[in-house]
Amino acid sequence: MNPFAYERASNAAGAVAAVAGHPGAAFLGGGTNLVDHMRLGVASPDLLVDITKLPFDRVEELPSGGVRIGAGVRNSDLAADQLIRSRYPMLSQALLSGASGQLRNLATTGGNLLQRTRCVYFQDVTTPCNKREPGTGCSAIGGYTRYHAILGASEHCVAVHPSDMAVAMVALDATVVVLGRLGERRVKLVEFHRLPGDDPWQDTVLGHGELIVAVELPALPFATRSAYRKVRDRASFAFALVSVAAALDVEGGTVRDARVALGGVAHKPWRATQAEAALRGAPATAESFRRAADAELAAARPLDGNAYKIPMVRNTMVAVLRDLSAEATP
Amino acid sequence: MDARITLHVDGVARSLTVDTRTSLLDALRDHLGAMSPKKGCDHGQCGACTVLLDGRRATTCLAFAVAHDGATIITAQGLANGDGLHEMQRAFLDHDGFQCGYCTPGQICSAVGMLEEAEAGHPSHVTQDLTGPVVLTDDEIRERMSGNLCRCGAYVNIVAAIREVARKEGSA
Ligand SMILES: Cc1cc2nc3c(=O)[nH]c(=O)nc-3n(C[C@H](O)[C@H](O)[C@H](O)COP(=O)(O)OP(=O)(O)OC[C@H]3O[C@@H](n4cnc5c(N)ncnc54)[C@H](O)[C@@H]3O)c2cc1C
Ligand code: SF4
Ligand code: FES
Ligand code: FES
Repeated sequence: MNPFAYERASNAAGAVAAVAGHPGAAFLGGGTNLVDHMRLGVASPDLLVDITKLPFDRVEELPSGGVRIGAGVRNSDLAADQLIRSRYPMLSQALLSGASGQLRNLATTGGNLLQRTRCVYFQDVTTPCNKREPGTGCSAIGGYTRYHAILGASEHCVAVHPSDMAVAMVALDATVVVLGRLGERRVKLVEFHRLPGDDPWQDTVLGHGELIVAVELPALPFATRSAYRKVRDRASFAFALVSVAAALDVEGGTVRDARVALGGVAHKPWRATQAEAALRGAPATAESFRRAADAELAAARPLDGNAYKIPMVRNTMVAVLRDLSAEATP
Repeated sequence: MDARITLHVDGVARSLTVDTRTSLLDALRDHLGAMSPKKGCDHGQCGACTVLLDGRRATTCLAFAVAHDGATIITAQGLANGDGLHEMQRAFLDHDGFQCGYCTPGQICSAVGMLEEAEAGHPSHVTQDLTGPVVLTDDEIRERMSGNLCRCGAYVNIVAAIREVARKEGSA
């Protein structure tokens, strides 16, 4: 590991100035992804600015009925928060399906959004990878693609974003609040992560030195009926093969509104807008749910090793929506 | 680059100089001689390095020691009260909750932290009612302990040991 200097930030503006003014600097959250990358040689910052002592550790109700989550809130505390559990159960479930108890106690909200792909080639510095080393090529294409993308990939990168939390947040239409040298800006989470395109090394729209200070969730009354389902190789402590976050508003057997997002399918948490459009106004039946899934999956382009994800997403989406609509009819 | 830090380990304040690259796990083991946290994977995947960090269970291999200057740490060894074993340690002995013992200190710290989370009413991935009371069924124990792997496969007895302590405390 390369040597690095360490600073503990005491205020947000100071943290931004310290990183923005230093090309080799990085923010340090819980460290559960960054320390791993430094050990693997995937990242080699020469200055770490520790932001865990900044006062961003609260979950607060907003006057609008939404919730503001400090970027430093630990994944365990967010999952256990009463507001989140009662109003946005899919978010608690997503968090609780990720990593392990002792990692969630360290992992922060900001760090979770910015965790990088688990593509094995990305993590193995002996192999070519456009995301790690621009222009070297993509080892996954033509290689081992079981965990890779079926939607939105490019010829330069077929990696998926690994976060569970972000899938629920994107379904909930979250906004990321970012502090830069020129002040604060707000970015819709659905536009925060990028598709790989020609520049897969750029995971998000965040610039160097920009600090995530909070994530805001708008009020969504029907999200009290929501769920996150994750399909993986073992029952616990594994990344998603695919996952589905959904909220369903059903009245009199008809879908009034729906939120659906997918994990494990793309370079970003995937908001399933085609599925949502197909669901609105449709009868709340398995047939409609299947049609909604097919609408979303029409654009899917499987690789050699991951065609299984298409029926897996379809079946998981139908099952989640069916369970949510069953809850609606007592 | 060196940094001077203080860690409160098992009740004793210890000052030490570490390279900033030193993990909390290596600081504990190599600098302070606290050998109960183990290095299994060094990537957060096995749980052998779990301690109670400022009162909560945490892996120590993906943390830099310098980032935890001032922290209070309890290792599996520090859970005991001199020769008097902690009830979780006693239960692991009574139920044969180990074979080689390599994962055991991490299992025990994790179990102690996990019971406190359950007592505070925190749900898990297998909790049906997110806002209801937590009852530590075997499924709940297994899910909440999934961050601790055991290559010897002592899981059945590990669950039995934790179940016994949870019952005594009224959470199972
Ligand atoms: C064994 C293992 C299993 C895992 N399983 C899962 C899983 O199943 N599902 C899942 O979703 N995740 C999983 N994770 C990933 C885990 O959730 C992330 O590592 C964690 O959320 C990252 O948060 P952190 O605070 O530790 O980030 P760090 O490692 O501290 O930081 C990650 C990145 O974010 C940047 N950063 C951090 N905070 C900010 C901020 N506020 N503003 C700007 N930049 C910031 C850092 O500079 C760094 O680039 C797993 C991790 C491990 C080690
Ligand atoms: S899929 Fe992306 S991250 Fe994986 S090897 Fe190809 S370029 Fe690298
Ligand atoms: S050594 Fe820390 S989790 Fe394996
Ligand atoms: S007892 Fe040997 S690894 Fe668990």
